[in-house]
Amino acid sequence: MTDWRPGAAAAREARARLLAGLRGFFAARNVLEVETPILSHGAPLDPMVESWTATSPDGASGYLQTSPEYPMKRLLADGAPDIYQIARVFRGGESGPRHNPEFTLLEWYRHGMDHRRLAREVVALIMSQAALDASWRRPTRLREISYQALFQQYLGVDPLVADADELQAVAVQHGMEIQGVLDRDAWLDLLISLVIAPGFPGARLTVVFDYPESQAVLARPCQHDVRLAARFEVYWGALELANGYHELSDPGQFHERRERDQALRRQRGQTLPQPDAHLEAALESGLPECAGVALGVDRLLMQLLGAERIEQVIDFPFERA
Amino acid sequence: MATYSTNEFKAGLKLLLDGDPQAIVENEFVKPGKGQAFNRVKLRNLRTGRVLEKTFKSGESVEAADVMDTEMQYLYNDGEFWHFMVPDTFEQYAVGEAALGGCGQWLKEQDVCTVTLWNGEPLSVVPPAFVEMKITQCDPGVRGDTAQGGTKPATLESGAVVKVPLFVEEGETVKVDTRSGEYVSRV
Repeated sequence: MTDWRPGAAAAREARARLLAGLRGFFAARNVLEVETPILSHGAPLDPMVESWTATSPDGASGYLQTSPEYPMKRLLADGAPDIYQIARVFRGGESGPRHNPEFTLLEWYRHGMDHRRLAREVVALIMSQAALDASWRRPTRLREISYQALFQQYLGVDPLVADADELQAVAVQHGMEIQGVLDRDAWLDLLISLVIAPGFPGARLTVVFDYPESQAVLARPCQHDVRLAARFEVYWGALELANGYHELSDPGQFHERRERDQALRRQRGQTLPQPDAHLEAALESGLPECAGVALGVDRLLMQLLGAERIEQVIDFPFERA
Repeated sequence: MATYSTNEFKAGLKLLLDGDPQAIVENEFVKPGKGQAFNRVKLRNLRTGRVLEKTFKSGESVEAADVMDTEMQYLYNDGEFWHFMVPDTFEQYAVGEAALGGCGQWLKEQDVCTVTLWNGEPLSVVPPAFVEMKITQCDPGVRGDTAQGGTKPATLESGAVVKVPLFVEEGETVKVDTRSGEYVSRV
């Protein structure tokens, strides 16, 4: 007997309502909906994100997008106005109570905004969607805190200066037993996702901003402190919902970061995907001043409905897809 | 030497950690969107029974524990060891108190149990889910009280004490659920 039945009937109408609500939010703000390819010739080199590959019987192959970021930036470089997209994205090796290898990502870009302003818009978006249905849960509090202050406040450690040994000591002090060798950034990731975030109040939105430069990904350096990157994340309770940047537009810095990612991948023995050939050229042609963010729609739905596991809001999780 | 990568982790998998065989009870994947992935794993130490939580950096490999569940017949107790035999091969194993983990009271000669071997040494014993045993001692039931569903203690041939309904008499054989230690029925 195969388990053919879809498994998220209770969330089905809510999902449709949320998708319509998101489109309404952007229509009211004059943000243009766009579509970009799911299948591409190149993939990001970010060592923390793995792309699925797809092959055709005729020998052609490509990568399934991990986010629509690159082509959306090419649209911006070509003169597109504010844009958004509700995209299906795919990530290799990500499966668990809060991860499905295929998920729905809402990504949008705003001209002239920095990461702090865009974070406020993310909060406004979440609040507006939570108001769509009286039975949905809604956040009641907002906390904006820098990455550095967050670590200092929750753990008494400065994430910009502490070395790997100090961070390990903090983790051990918090009862963590860890298997494997972690570098500084991995310790920071462990502490924020397994020690700090689980302590966030359930009904609170937490905006964490100004990440260490080593975790900049494609955020520009902060003007007030070069050790920091203009990146933010939004949590609802302990659940990470969105990640955004004041976008890096300098092609030279982009090139350097790509080299860094490539070196990291080699060092860790990860596969080296074919890099995207067009984004660097688009940056050279000129990416306008903008901020961009990606928000997990399935996770937002989980929080609106009070679901504990992602398969409660996805009718066909990968195991049964 | 067999190993498992964290992406193969699932409940029931047996790993060799800190020198002890440990079984995965729960495995949870945790990952910041742009950061390092981890597996948060609840493990039961198969030697001590202790449950603990460990966090693995995803992608790590861990040595598999050479742990095997084998069906064996319980033969006898010599006062120090409980002796079991693999029916097909007549291979015999002597199990000490520690590995037996208190399940001695459910062992009846000839019954088939699951004996877990680690590197060929008995690690633990799981008795059959249901055993039938004779009551060697219990007080006479009080007539007329049966409808109240009252119970009384009864001592079984193995020495185990279970609560039985008042109508059950000494010398009768009863069926017991070894997982809960509860009386099921008269036989």
